[in-house]
Amino acid sequence: MTTGVLLQITQTGLALLLAPLLMGWVNICRAWLQGRSAPPLLQPYYTLQKLFHKDAVLAHDATRLFRFAPYLIFACMVLAAGIVPTLANDLPFSPAADVIALVGLFALARVFQALAAMDIGTAFGSLGARREMLVSFLAEPALLMVFFTASFISQSTELPHIVDRLAHQEFALYPSLAFAAVAFWMVSTAENARIPVDNPSTHLELTMIHEAMILEYSARHLALIEWAVALKLFTYSALGIALFLPWGIAAAGDLNALPLALLALVLKLALGGAALALLETINAKMRLFRAPEFLGTAFLLAVLGMLVHFLLEV
Amino acid sequence: MQTNIGGIELTLTPQGASPVWRFSLESARLPVFARAIRDEGGQLLALWGSDDRHLGRGYGLHALFLSSQGLIWAHCPLPADAPAYPTLDTIFPQAGRMQRATFDLLGIHAEGAVDDRKWLRHAAWREDDYPLRKDASPLPPHPSPLSQSDTYPFIRVAGEGVHEIPVGPIHAGVIEPGHFRFSVIGDKVLKLEERLGYTHKGIEKRFEGMDLPTGARLAGRVSGDSHTAYAWAYCMAVEAALGVEVPQRALWLRALFLEMERVANHLGDLGYLGNDVALSFGFAQFWRLKEEWLRLAQRLFGHRYLYDRIVPGGVTTDLADAPALLALAQRLRAEAGELKTVYDEHAGVQDRFAHTGRVEPAMAARLGLIGLAGRASSQAWDLRVQFPCAPYDRLEVNMATDRRGDVLARVEVRFAEVFEALRLITEIVRRMPAGPLRADVPQAEELREGLGYVEGWRGPVLVAVRIGADGRLDRVHPHDPSRQNWPALEVGILGNIVPDFPLINKSFNLSYSGQDL
Repeated sequence: MTTGVLLQITQTGLALLLAPLLMGWVNICRAWLQGRSAPPLLQPYYTLQKLFHKDAVLAHDATRLFRFAPYLIFACMVLAAGIVPTLANDLPFSPAADVIALVGLFALARVFQALAAMDIGTAFGSLGARREMLVSFLAEPALLMVFFTASFISQSTELPHIVDRLAHQEFALYPSLAFAAVAFWMVSTAENARIPVDNPSTHLELTMIHEAMILEYSARHLALIEWAVALKLFTYSALGIALFLPWGIAAAGDLNALPLALLALVLKLALGGAALALLETINAKMRLFRAPEFLGTAFLLAVLGMLVHFLLEV
Repeated sequence: MQTNIGGIELTLTPQGASPVWRFSLESARLPVFARAIRDEGGQLLALWGSDDRHLGRGYGLHALFLSSQGLIWAHCPLPADAPAYPTLDTIFPQAGRMQRATFDLLGIHAEGAVDDRKWLRHAAWREDDYPLRKDASPLPPHPSPLSQSDTYPFIRVAGEGVHEIPVGPIHAGVIEPGHFRFSVIGDKVLKLEERLGYTHKGIEKRFEGMDLPTGARLAGRVSGDSHTAYAWAYCMAVEAALGVEVPQRALWLRALFLEMERVANHLGDLGYLGNDVALSFGFAQFWRLKEEWLRLAQRLFGHRYLYDRIVPGGVTTDLADAPALLALAQRLRAEAGELKTVYDEHAGVQDRFAHTGRVEPAMAARLGLIGLAGRASSQAWDLRVQFPCAPYDRLEVNMATDRRGDVLARVEVRFAEVFEALRLITEIVRRMPAGPLRADVPQAEELREGLGYVEGWRGPVLVAVRIGADGRLDRVHPHDPSRQNWPALEVGILGNIVPDFPLINKSFNLSYSGQDL
């Protein structure tokens, strides 16, 4: 039990530490692919440090909700990062929540983000909140479908069981997961405010979705939100790894596999980050009203994955 | 020269060898004349006023028309007491904001105007004070705080579910200030109203009493991205007023600078348009090309944006390293061509560009859309083609037009103009005659007036100059094509969605400073 708790703390701490690094790595890859010189790998840490040292500026109309939201969003993301197995399987946190609860956790963070954005009453806050809700209410069902496809294989919605079934039992290829993987990528771009659904580096307030909601935040509040954004990207990457590339995650109680698991994780994240940067470089941002089509396609693919499972894998 | 436009007999006075015709008429006949120009297919290019009381007259209203015969500069003398003239905005809608600005600065009233709200005055001076009058009281160092009467009555859209999004004048990025009031349902734009004038800095007042070379420096700074166009137009006006014969090599060098400015700005815009649809690859690549271009300008002529190379009478810098310029021009042609293929074949980019922000040709003609944006909506006017000044009369510029009027059309016209400008640069460098760079500018001994017209990268840049008997500037009016193109943006956005506005706005890329003055 003690080992489990220690492992759980290590894994969550690792997520906290690695998340900005992943962000920095994606930014470097993007710069390389665009043919410009890259920012330092540690730039996200510098930004966080800078933001934590600044004095927070709050709008006059801001209520306690506005100040409270960053802490809640950050806590949600830390919890999510603790639930998804990255290094070792079947940690003490894992039974606390299955994938459905995980989707709920993301939703909770999003609701408070949107509420906080509307709290100060600026045009851009409510504009961003409205668009975020449009995108997310289409993305969530598709995400759930992806999880269901994976859980049909392992007969469980708990992530440790899914990982265990895919990585630690006899090797099998599941065509249904190919459909689910594409759907998962589409949903993740929407959920993480990445191209082609949103543009994380834009300064055009009228085109923003996620950025419009956090325009009024500064200093430690902004730092927490930025960190939460990095954590969310990390958690989604870890989810993708757990569902579609779980090989290397240490089995429950297998301490000797940990160094290899760490190495595998870093390699997979580096590859995943590079792939994300590549996809962001070759894609343009789509018109906002194309997002429903895009996410509808994701939902359709996830459903197809499920059908394929019943046709080929049962 | 005697001519007849729409049944009106005119005695036109030519300005030197250029296609600028001047005449005077009483203000009551101005609408009749404007309507005749309109029926003939012409446009109103600029409208401004002047305080002529120190010359023993009243006020003056100046209107510049574009017609098949050339640029017609009409001057209406107005009385010193309660100066007014019949409005032109029912004939040429683009006159509206120019008339409002003229009233704010000079107190010359347009009778019967559709819209007579203030335009440039942001409570920075007293309501009964008109800063461009010769006897205006000096402005207080700090403008008074906005009083209640200075709230601007925006046009409201009513109905269920309609709400307003106010944007600016301070934006999330570092850009010029302007306020945009969107009336929307969801993300669909029902109406956009612009409120500009935040960069009004009294340039026209500053010109008064300035000597001619300093005036060239100021003119070039009216809108920083069009330095060459303004400096050349100003110098052309001064030279026309004083009858200066500019050496041939200087004229060819000015054309070289103008085309270099066009290339630099178009490359930058094409990069920004990629950035606005989140294709940062295009942004990075076009700006790399622009940067190389600017660095070469720095090395060859001593300034990245070619500032202050054009002076009254000629130019200050000669072309030293022609092969380097030709080589880079050739390379840019190839690389911009490759990037055009990337834009052309990128489904996501084309989806964002096509059918976005359309200004139909008929609407463009009605609103007087001009310059690059006009050519993308079938308004085939290019001063370098129709009324070429030296050396364009010997260069045969190919005009780029498009009839679609959307963002894609404006992108296509930009690409075509980049390639054409690079071709012109090659031709200019090869055919440039040898000779001196500067002619002497004589001292004016009586009142002189002149007009300069240059097709800048954005459209026709016009500078009207009046030099006093003391040889100093008495009145200078610089006109930016943004003045008539800003209202067309309000039309182009209709029916589009709010998140597409930055892209549409960038495809016009209009000047704030040039229209606020």
